[in-house]
Amino acid sequence: MLAFIVRRLFQSILVMLAVGFIAFSLFNFVGDPVNNMVGIEATIEERERMAKALGLNDPFPIQFARFAGNALRGDFGQSYRLSVPVEEAIGERLPATLELVFVAAVLALAIGVPLGVYTGLHREGAVSRLLLTTSLIGISLPTFLIGILLILTFSVWLGWLPSFGRGVTVNIGWESNLVSWEGFRSIILPSVTLCLFQLTLLMRLVRAEMLEVLRTDYIKFARARGLTSRAVNFGHALKNTLVPVITITGLQIGSLIAFAIITETVFQWPGMGLLFLQAIQFVDIPVMAAYLCLVAFIFVVINLIVDLLYYVIDPRLRLDGGAARAH
Amino acid sequence: MTDPVPLLQVEGLRVEFPTRRGVLVAVDGVSFHIDAGEVLGVVGESGAGKSLTGAAVIGLLEPPGRIASGQIRFEGQRIDNLRPERMRRLRGRSIAMVFQDPLTSLNPLYSIARQLTETIRTHLDLDEAAARKRAIELLDEVGIPAAARRIDEYPHQFSGGMRQRVVIALALAANPKLIIADEPTTALDVSIQAQIIALLKRLCAEHGTAVMLVTHDMGVIAETADRVAVMYAGRIVEVGDVQQVIGDARHPYTHGLMGSIPMIGHDVERLVQIDGAMPRLTEIPAGCAFNPRCPRALPRCRSERPELVSAAGAQVACWLFDGAGSDR
Repeated sequence: MLAFIVRRLFQSILVMLAVGFIAFSLFNFVGDPVNNMVGIEATIEERERMAKALGLNDPFPIQFARFAGNALRGDFGQSYRLSVPVEEAIGERLPATLELVFVAAVLALAIGVPLGVYTGLHREGAVSRLLLTTSLIGISLPTFLIGILLILTFSVWLGWLPSFGRGVTVNIGWESNLVSWEGFRSIILPSVTLCLFQLTLLMRLVRAEMLEVLRTDYIKFARARGLTSRAVNFGHALKNTLVPVITITGLQIGSLIAFAIITETVFQWPGMGLLFLQAIQFVDIPVMAAYLCLVAFIFVVINLIVDLLYYVIDPRLRLDGGAARAH
Repeated sequence: MTDPVPLLQVEGLRVEFPTRRGVLVAVDGVSFHIDAGEVLGVVGESGAGKSLTGAAVIGLLEPPGRIASGQIRFEGQRIDNLRPERMRRLRGRSIAMVFQDPLTSLNPLYSIARQLTETIRTHLDLDEAAARKRAIELLDEVGIPAAARRIDEYPHQFSGGMRQRVVIALALAANPKLIIADEPTTALDVSIQAQIIALLKRLCAEHGTAVMLVTHDMGVIAETADRVAVMYAGRIVEVGDVQQVIGDARHPYTHGLMGSIPMIGHDVERLVQIDGAMPRLTEIPAGCAFNPRCPRALPRCRSERPELVSAAGAQVACWLFDGAGSDR
């Protein structure tokens, strides 16, 4: 178990290095930040001085080594655009994105899993068919369109919810939307937009897994023992669907963060996605590199958690190692 | 019969599968009974309807399969039309089932203890500690060594034979009156099969549990069953005392089955086999379903369907034993 964690941590570090390398080398070719920082009338000498100050004239390996070394200490340098340390710029935006992703993930799980179980159990029912048809829309409509439709309905026509921004936030160590109703109103539309795809995906996944598991012998045997439908469906069947569901959920939380870019643009949500888009337009390499590294880091952490959850759920994984040692 | 109310009485059971190309009749007019404490063997080829008959009795036919007609009575009470919740209470408590493959019959994610106590507490009014105590006793009874220690292990830590013992313990958890054992040894190693059959036989004798033993292994039937029903293409073709049926089979199909059992000491080049294969459900011929393969078919066999008639202690569905048309 411990060996497993250590091995995974080591792999994680390799992944992070690779991502950092790719991100950094990629951004070396997307444009010249100096153009954006100096005025049009800047002389060649001024440009040279700027490039030198930023270390842009050094050979690539040296630039990357400097970047990686600093990144390890949490120092991603100065944002070219905002002229503040990158950590500060991201730290300011991170809570907005994480709260958005958190609410969206909770919504997707809390609604998607029960609906999946329901449609798996009543696969011929009218409600199930309706849900499955509706879920096709959720899967096929692009996020930005859903966002715009929601804004049109709930902000423009009904006027119930704000159409953009974070609205009122309360500082609880970070600026939060979740502690006051006023703040929460602002997060509803973006999180619904963000979660819709994941929700339908989860629902269909749970449904497919349930159909699979319900056919197995141990479910038949559980029924033959007279266990209640509740115990069979939610105890025996649902638990056996969890391994794939957790895998996909983990991956999807990563893509929620990635998809948040679009949602944040539609709703002008001041999160990391928006920061990243602005950074691209400005060729703000430190911000872009830090953002990609952060996203990679989140993916790596989530995958580590997912792997550990396998151990919690499936005794076959948990005990094989122990049994092997015992014998 | 001698017993006024048998434990299980099945009459004219017909199981149908509605499909796009018409209704398939998988079990057709099957009638039999099982007395308390009795072991009834049900034999036949794959697809003869043995397992479906068992599933119909315990109310676990997979949709779209359904009981189209007939009655199933347990202790004199009809159970084929019970509401699902009533039927659920009966399952495990009064009628239990053992499936073919012990490797897949147990939920891999729950410990043996959890699966046993859950079953016990569903049917008996016991608290967790008492249920666990009973679970350990059950495991002891089915011959799991060091039951008190092993109870907290998971299915994958048990061998196939041990898992089938656990499955039997689970089936016996609430002391049912009838166990439907659907090919309980088919998936097991030959050396383990005899142990499991002996175990099942001993436990049921001790508890007075009746068994409906579904199998295609005549050897198992000969060793275990009191009476035997032979099924072919969804119907019972012969039913009677096990010695009678095995020693002096009446129906040509049963006769063929007996002939195909390998015997130690009889050095034969080739086992006797019944020519042809059992017809598909869509292609059951008119008259007796066995007539195309029957070495002794009469013209009548191709047009009229024989019903079960008494013939020297057994019941046979064959025109050869019709009082009028008998050639014996």
